[in-house]
Amino acid sequence: MAYVSIADRDHEVEHHDPQTFISKYVWSQDHKVIAIQYGVLAIFIGLVGMLLSSMFRLQLGFPDTFDFINPENYLQFVSTHGMIMVVYLLTALFLGGFGNYLIPLMIGSRDMVFPFMNMLSVWVYALSVIILLASFFVPGGATGAGWTLYPPQAISAGTPGVDLGIVLMLLSLAVFIVAFTMGGLNYVTTVLQARCRGMTLMRMPLSVWGIFMATILGLLAFPALLVSAIMMLFDKLLGTSFFMPAMLAAGEVTDHNGGSPVLFQHLFWFFGHPEVYIVALPAFGIVSDLLSVHARKNIFGYRMMVWAIIAIGGLSFIVWAHHMYVSGMNPYFGFFFATTTLIIAVPTALKVYNWVLTLWQGNIHLRVPMLFAIGFVFTFTHGGLTGLFLGNVTIDLPLSDTYFVVAHFHMVMGVSPVLVVFGAIYHWYPKMSGRMYNETLGKWHFWLTFLGAYSLYLPMHYIGFLGVPRRYFAMGDTDFMPDSAITLNSAMTISALIIAVSQLIFLYNMIVSLKKGEKADGNPWKATSLEWLTPDNPPKHGNWGHDLPVVHRWAYDYSVPGAEDDYTPQTVPADVVPVGRDHGVDT
Amino acid sequence: MYITLIFLGIIMATIIWWLLRQTFNTQPWVSEAADNAANGSSLDTSTKSVALMTFIAVATSVFALFISAYTIRMEEPDWRPVAEPALLWANTVVLILASIVYHWTRNAAVKGIDARVRPGLTVAGALTILFLLGQLVAWRQLNSAGYYADTNVANAFFYLLTAVHALHMLGGLWVWFSSTIKVWTGADSDSVRLSIELCTVYWHFLLLVWIVLFGMLLST
Repeated sequence: MAYVSIADRDHEVEHHDPQTFISKYVWSQDHKVIAIQYGVLAIFIGLVGMLLSSMFRLQLGFPDTFDFINPENYLQFVSTHGMIMVVYLLTALFLGGFGNYLIPLMIGSRDMVFPFMNMLSVWVYALSVIILLASFFVPGGATGAGWTLYPPQAISAGTPGVDLGIVLMLLSLAVFIVAFTMGGLNYVTTVLQARCRGMTLMRMPLSVWGIFMATILGLLAFPALLVSAIMMLFDKLLGTSFFMPAMLAAGEVTDHNGGSPVLFQHLFWFFGHPEVYIVALPAFGIVSDLLSVHARKNIFGYRMMVWAIIAIGGLSFIVWAHHMYVSGMNPYFGFFFATTTLIIAVPTALKVYNWVLTLWQGNIHLRVPMLFAIGFVFTFTHGGLTGLFLGNVTIDLPLSDTYFVVAHFHMVMGVSPVLVVFGAIYHWYPKMSGRMYNETLGKWHFWLTFLGAYSLYLPMHYIGFLGVPRRYFAMGDTDFMPDSAITLNSAMTISALIIAVSQLIFLYNMIVSLKKGEKADGNPWKATSLEWLTPDNPPKHGNWGHDLPVVHRWAYDYSVPGAEDDYTPQTVPADVVPVGRDHGVDT
Repeated sequence: MYITLIFLGIIMATIIWWLLRQTFNTQPWVSEAADNAANGSSLDTSTKSVALMTFIAVATSVFALFISAYTIRMEEPDWRPVAEPALLWANTVVLILASIVYHWTRNAAVKGIDARVRPGLTVAGALTILFLLGQLVAWRQLNSAGYYADTNVANAFFYLLTAVHALHMLGGLWVWFSSTIKVWTGADSDSVRLSIELCTVYWHFLLLVWIVLFGMLLST
């Protein structure tokens, strides 16, 4: 393996060898420890989000059965569940967790370029989580305004958590954005400036591309959430009227006058839609790598995959108002946003074709990460197709307030990214922990989660078509909801509970394998990218020992004709093993 | 939202153009001698300047969104324009001077003229603090003239926009403070050169933002 000396280009990375337990595991500046801190915190808060969903599903499946859930806390559970899953779980886990772990290792760097700011980022994130959780314990409880926090109802009398709950939610979001910005500056700068010798942008694994582009989107889109949160805090605390119109609340005339609730919606969705891709792009990247490694084939159409990531990133800023068709808009705007929404399906579909073509004639190993990756291709295609329905104004209008939308976005940005999260955790677990997980438990976890998700969300599309409205605490007696739909609702709740319980298998597997798992080889999947080539497993502080790696090829030289092994690590020079087409054979 | 779209359009177009240029004519499945020799930095500048440019993009996004919100909200019939205090003109002059002095100090630091760096930094910081105090006085003037945040949204926007700008300025002053302390405690200009160069860029950026905000406040 070829290496270059530290002296060559190491001057811009600070060195900070940890000495004590506290500097090693608590106030750590090592990107791997920070990644695991981010990951553990995000999974913890994600479990809280899942618990909340189990509780409101109990109410939906079996109305009037459980006393501990009432209309107020039902709304609080739904709202907090949504916000937790989208922002505090998925964004934090993909960018703070996987971004932190994978970027320096995959591009051959010793650490992030600003390790201290990286450490601040995770602790500020922890603070935002604490503020969010605290909102459940203040008088009035957490906000019940829905995860979109639309004014005027978010800060009007009658909505749960209108006193302190909403204030803490907005504050927590603002703190989260500060944390994300500190992390994001690090990810972008590290990718641009701290790659090892030979690691050109087009030799980076797609995981890094996905995380890199998602970070750019986050840095430009989160300000919209910040701006709307600040202005809503002003309306709430100082009595201004940015968003609040003149109105009666609980029978009383408010002091507000002339504010524009639709302005909030514009700002919120200007963040909210790129947010979908902030979560999806890292998932796209990671899943590309999982498929390629476990199918022992190069990713099909690497350049197209990179450009699709870039194109989706750009397009994601001009589709936001498709979330607002029901708010009323100029028909020409509706036409514009429907068109851009459908155009974004082009690069996205291109990615799906390329994943499938990567599998085509591959030497497919159905290990746990691969199962999750293939599961993702199914759920994502499924969610994408229903997105084509909802992107059209005329179809969206009748479906917008029904469970069809809930089913769509859970398929496309709930289940799909979560499957990738699991696949990625299983895939990199041997690197992070130095141990193998239990394969059988992993497969049980996959099948229960995957089939559970389908048995939960497929019927949800159907009851959405029937016209069952979302957000309601209880349906009561309605003509449009046949008995079969009521039974389905109960069955969906049972599926949701099965999914929830099956996550315990995952937790058990991860925790027990830390001690009892078989010791992992440094490169158990025989993969080519740099993170598998570290001298130690798990990698030590500084990642690479004395010398940084030097890269001679892209990350996808699997099954190169004529090569002895079916994988050629990125550090192997071309004169030792030819690179792909250099060998004269189209790969 | 047009303003935000234009700003973000420019930023995104720059990013996409740059990325396409980097990726267009490459064939990563072929080993290229030039690629093997690439040193792994995409931009020929320090990591801190890349981080600053990225942060400026984020801050531009924040201000562009506030400006968009302003222009959308001012269309509503309840909008009553603020009579901006004349003091803001003086504050603007002070901020321009701060930017000029910072630039002068930067030139001195680049050329290694230590004798100019100390007074330069001090004056630039003092002018910036003077600007912030001036803004505070303008707030008090408006407040005593009856322009409260909750009486009309135009007033609320005035306080909000100036406060967000001042917060960014305070962030800059934090870095200014640390390099000033270093210079006064005997460090030579070379050790703070990068910090001064970056602060100069940031000061110019905030001056530009202020001119845009002030122009918008005056004209509406």
